[in-house]
Amino acid sequence: MNSTSMSTNLSTNVPTQIASIERPHPPVSAWKVFVALLSRDIRVARRELPFFLVRTIMQPMLFVIVFGYLLPRMGFTQAGYQAALLPGILALSLMLSSTQSVTLPMVTEFGWTKEIEDRLLAPISTDLVAVEKIVNAMIQGIIAALVVLPLARLVMGPVAGFTFSHVPELLIVVILSAAAASAFGLLLGVLISPQQIGFMFSLIITPMIFFGCAYYPWRGLDVVPWLKYAVLVNPLVYISEGLRASLTPSVPHMPFVAIVAALAVLTAGFTWAALARFRKRAIG
Amino acid sequence: MTPAIVTEGLRKVYPASGRAAPGSAPAVAETVALEGLDLLVREGEFFGIIGPNGAGKTTTIGVLTTRVLPTGGTATVAGADVVRNSVTVRQRIGVVPQRPNPDRSLDAWENLIYHAAYFGVPRREAARRATELLERLDIAGKARMKVDHLSGGQQQRLMIARALIHEPTILFLDEPTVGLDPNARNSLWEILRELHGQGRTIVMTTHYMPEADELSDRIALIDRGRLLALDTPRNLKLQTSDGSLETFFIAKAGRGLDA
Repeated sequence: MNSTSMSTNLSTNVPTQIASIERPHPPVSAWKVFVALLSRDIRVARRELPFFLVRTIMQPMLFVIVFGYLLPRMGFTQAGYQAALLPGILALSLMLSSTQSVTLPMVTEFGWTKEIEDRLLAPISTDLVAVEKIVNAMIQGIIAALVVLPLARLVMGPVAGFTFSHVPELLIVVILSAAAASAFGLLLGVLISPQQIGFMFSLIITPMIFFGCAYYPWRGLDVVPWLKYAVLVNPLVYISEGLRASLTPSVPHMPFVAIVAALAVLTAGFTWAALARFRKRAIG
Repeated sequence: MTPAIVTEGLRKVYPASGRAAPGSAPAVAETVALEGLDLLVREGEFFGIIGPNGAGKTTTIGVLTTRVLPTGGTATVAGADVVRNSVTVRQRIGVVPQRPNPDRSLDAWENLIYHAAYFGVPRREAARRATELLERLDIAGKARMKVDHLSGGQQQRLMIARALIHEPTILFLDEPTVGLDPNARNSLWEILRELHGQGRTIVMTTHYMPEADELSDRIALIDRGRLLALDTPRNLKLQTSDGSLETFFIAKAGRGLDA
């Protein structure tokens, strides 16, 4: 920095004086602030699109190639496995993307750089700052699922029993799933310190992926009854089963009503806990 | 004239934390940060808050900027209660934090534009103000840079631009010159004088006496969460034998500012 140029600037540059303030303050509506917060997150997501796509597509697509393409051709899977797998892969993409797109920024912005501060100073309630994070993560999760769907279908080839004839059910499941996963991501984001990120992936996210009924239908766990009930704590189970119920309903799945109820309860519970913790961290 | 800020009996107690088991000794003991602080800042005043580390300066700014909930007492900022009407308070204040905390996912320009949007400033108006502020704060050349590529002093000036873009009536600065070299500090002082000259209310904390002396209309000396003295720098200095604020502080607090 150059103090000479600064003082020259001060004495000669009259037009660049900082504007004075004698203006009224029109109060801004919460909705307008919310939209501005969301547009900031969308701007950042658009800039990071290549990373977003890699993060979103990589893992599900590797599974699609191995389990949906190679194994069936080798004759290791039964006919109809792909119909159980495809919705599970979409569930996985949706959940991973929703969760990560809120957890990682929250952990760094709260725990490390404190850069969340400028949004906490926005004229809007602290709860709505948190809710905006959930809404943004929902959008990213849904986009991830929409990107993976055609790719997975392309690699797998025709999937018997796959249908778009249950649109209302599909919409309900997708929105509730994105909400549950995003609220869960926010909860992790406000609970975990930057040092615990590695721990979170090995001890929380990875077991969720493998015991989330993404690679096998829940009814398949009839063969291991204790596990069949133990996995019910995992939100991914309901997302996978919900997408099966609406995209490949011929695959045995949980009752639709139970899926919707579980997703709604999880969304409410995660949101409640995440907001409480967010408030605590935001306001000293 | 309505006062810009009024606090009455402001208290903040941070609870003990880090207890290994219920009933066991906590790792961090209960801390009383503010012990009944009464302040009145007039509209248009440059108000300095001085005290050593741990005096309660940052907590005071935290409460006044709605980021810290008081344990007791009241605080009114720009006519609104900081607890009951925190959203109204936020609309009317600008805050320059102790350590620059720009939005690192955005460039310098976007930091200003989005911040303005959070306050409902129309986009065209925000762009005009951002251009003006970046130029005035001598960082126009860095507008399109990621903030990580800005020096500490440049980030600090970006924080000032951000705090001003929504045209707040009250500007808070928490130890704004910590870590700045003398050149950067001087140019920041120039900017603060100019803002004050426009009639803006400015509240600034510092533990650097000459800074408070140089800029403030009145200075509040605080230590251990209590107000020790509140007057113009001149009147405070008149009360000491050697005419130094430092001596005055030591006489009042029983310790120096660097303690």
